[in-house]
Amino acid sequence: MMGGKLFRNFSFFSATLSFFLLVGIFAILFTYAQESMHEFGFDFLFNGTWEADEDDEGGIFGGFIPIIGTLLSTIIAMVIATPLAMGIAIFLTEIASEAIAKPVSIAIELLAAIPSIIYGMWGLFYFAPIVQSTVGGNGVGLLTAGIVLAIMIIPFMAAITRDSMNTTPLVLKESAYAMGATKFEVIKDVIMPYSKGGIIGSIILALGRALGETMAVAFLIGSVMSIPRNITDPTTSIPVLLANNFAEAQDLEMSSMYYLALILFVVSFFIITIAKFYFLGRKVK
Amino acid sequence: MNRLLLNKIILILSTLSAVIGIGFLFWILATLSYKGITSIHWSTFTHDLVKGGIRNLLVGQFTMAILASALAVPVGMMAGIYLREYGHGSKLASVIRNLSDVMMSAPSIVIGVFVFALLVDPFGGYNGYAGIVALSIMMIPIIISTTDNMLALVPKELREAGIALGGSKHKIILQIVVKAAKVGITTGVLLSFARIIGETAPLLFTSANNQFFTMDLTGQFPSLTVSIYNLATYPDEASRELAWAASFILTMIVLCINLIGRYAIRNKK
Amino acid sequence: MAKENLVMEIKDFSFTYAGAEKPSLKKINLPIEENKITAMIGPSGCGKSTLLRAMNRIHDLYPGNKYEGKINLYKADGSKQNILDIKKENDFIKLRQEVGMIFQKPTPFPMSIFDNVAYGLRLSGIKNRSELEGRVEKALKGAAILDETKDRLKESALGMSGGQQQRLCIARAVALKPRVLLFDEPTSALDPFSTGAIEELIAELKEEVSVVIVTHNMQQASRLSDYTAFMYLGDLAEYDKTEKIFLNPTQKLTEDYITGRFG
Repeated sequence: MMGGKLFRNFSFFSATLSFFLLVGIFAILFTYAQESMHEFGFDFLFNGTWEADEDDEGGIFGGFIPIIGTLLSTIIAMVIATPLAMGIAIFLTEIASEAIAKPVSIAIELLAAIPSIIYGMWGLFYFAPIVQSTVGGNGVGLLTAGIVLAIMIIPFMAAITRDSMNTTPLVLKESAYAMGATKFEVIKDVIMPYSKGGIIGSIILALGRALGETMAVAFLIGSVMSIPRNITDPTTSIPVLLANNFAEAQDLEMSSMYYLALILFVVSFFIITIAKFYFLGRKVK
Repeated sequence: MNRLLLNKIILILSTLSAVIGIGFLFWILATLSYKGITSIHWSTFTHDLVKGGIRNLLVGQFTMAILASALAVPVGMMAGIYLREYGHGSKLASVIRNLSDVMMSAPSIVIGVFVFALLVDPFGGYNGYAGIVALSIMMIPIIISTTDNMLALVPKELREAGIALGGSKHKIILQIVVKAAKVGITTGVLLSFARIIGETAPLLFTSANNQFFTMDLTGQFPSLTVSIYNLATYPDEASRELAWAASFILTMIVLCINLIGRYAIRNKK
Repeated sequence: MAKENLVMEIKDFSFTYAGAEKPSLKKINLPIEENKITAMIGPSGCGKSTLLRAMNRIHDLYPGNKYEGKINLYKADGSKQNILDIKKENDFIKLRQEVGMIFQKPTPFPMSIFDNVAYGLRLSGIKNRSELEGRVEKALKGAAILDETKDRLKESALGMSGGQQQRLCIARAVALKPRVLLFDEPTSALDPFSTGAIEELIAELKEEVSVVIVTHNMQQASRLSDYTAFMYLGDLAEYDKTEKIFLNPTQKLTEDYITGRFG
């Protein structure tokens, strides 16, 4: 019986670990961000200056530029990815025959498994020149980062959307067809309303992923601390700023980096929570 | 007729988006394969980064991913077992399940920052252990959720039959329930391994990188992904070629593990 | 049986599912009388639902099925159309508006009660609000569900009981004024009380529309129908007036089935 109790206790402690991790991350980020929070308060969010003093001991640090860069690149990615992902999901559930849907599904899921650094590198060498020659700019910048980010989240979004569309009962679709509805009308009036929660949930989860993505964006956004005036202008984002400058930062600058990480973490937390529990629901079997 | 035309247009657009999606996959894989294969030499595998190869990087990346799995798999599985077998239906279990789901989507760079504060800053420098911990933090929630879901598929009757034969709970869990869910859990482990082996962000300022071959986890540790990030931004052609070779090899590893995982599921059905 | 009383006529009809080697229906010949109720009975797997689903070609949602023979639909103007010749989407839509279908389980769409009934009407191009309201009300009345729903037309149809949902689905089909209504075991998912209400409704419906009903329930077939077709292993074993089938069948097989010796 001793073994049973030990086993149970170990499993219990393992389970509570995710709680401690989550709280731990928040506590650590919050503690290390204190210096910057005291210095700048909430104005941090709207201050576009990021400058260390000459002696490296202080300076003015505002998160406005990376915050705006994160938001804008995410918005561009979502605007491009959402319709395409919906189209793919519709194609997979309602248009393609099984013989086509299956390999395409696998391909989409493999696309979702490719590490993000590969997207970033491919984007830098193959996609950025195309953006440069067609739209202008330097190649790297907001637009390129947004598009490659979109390519990265499309398979993820399409796969979840497809899964929720597949939950529509067959007989419900058949009864709409039996009234003389076209395929599009069945999709619009039956499948979409039926799987609405899942679809919105997948969009929000993809949004969370785009906000926190580091490597795909790091190659492409330009990593420049300036507000973009133009869609092709280079700028930076929170994850990219952290990736490139976190380890070298000192004192107040370091604390400001923690502040940014905390903002990203809290925003992601809320986005994921809303997506999972409000829209996707948690299936407890 | 108007609605038929609209129907056609939407169906064509949907098909077109699938074509675009697949097109990108092939475009990425094609350029990657072309650049990768033409950049791979025998020395790529036999030399370390310092001499223009990736031997130490591959060993380093695998070492960290395997050790991270060694940490994350037992902990994650035990947590999943608790959620499904002991705490099932309790408020605590559902809170933990939800938190673990949230953890699964936490930005990986934030996890890097967290581990930096915990294991790098206080100990005076980058080290392999920190990288391992960062990767295992990414992996644990995935393992928890897989275990939880796979155990849920095991029929209740199997547990009842075990109890009816007089088995103790933990023995039934280990000898019957987990065994029945073995294939599903293995697949989950493989897929999460494929996910963490391609991670870069959590390693950037935990284990960082090392040009030399080392197995010393107390110092900077070689990483394939971090090297790709560095090499790709160097101006010289040789560095870029090595970055392409490394990217190609990494992608092949990730895709192969994924396909093996999928194949395992299919064989079970 | 004189031709002018038929609304549909199935002639030498064979049907093979995609990928199957053997046909599921073999050379079926079956008349469907106008403004009568025709019941199709038979053990599971005999092909009765397959035949029903061929009559509005809902099978065509899934590719690769093979049809042979003819299924003629007689229009109000006396012309006839072999529905197996239909190829264009537009003609499929017209067919399905003329031959409606009710499924085993109630299938309310995720929208309001009013929008459910108005759905088919809107698809067929009716936009005028007052015309829609008139026809929805008439259909709800026709499906004997107006009293229960008139105060909550804007509420979601998903909040209704199973029996109400099924009558709503009938109202939805009736609203299109079809010539034929196909019922695929419409009461098998319902309690006895709701079943009674649906049966009563189907009996009234035949004034307006011809009914084909697939059922597992012998009593339902004998209570409700004017004609009965007994199917067995993909063949039409026997077809006649319902009294004849139930009181004096010519085939031993039919007798065995309706007396409950198998199936």
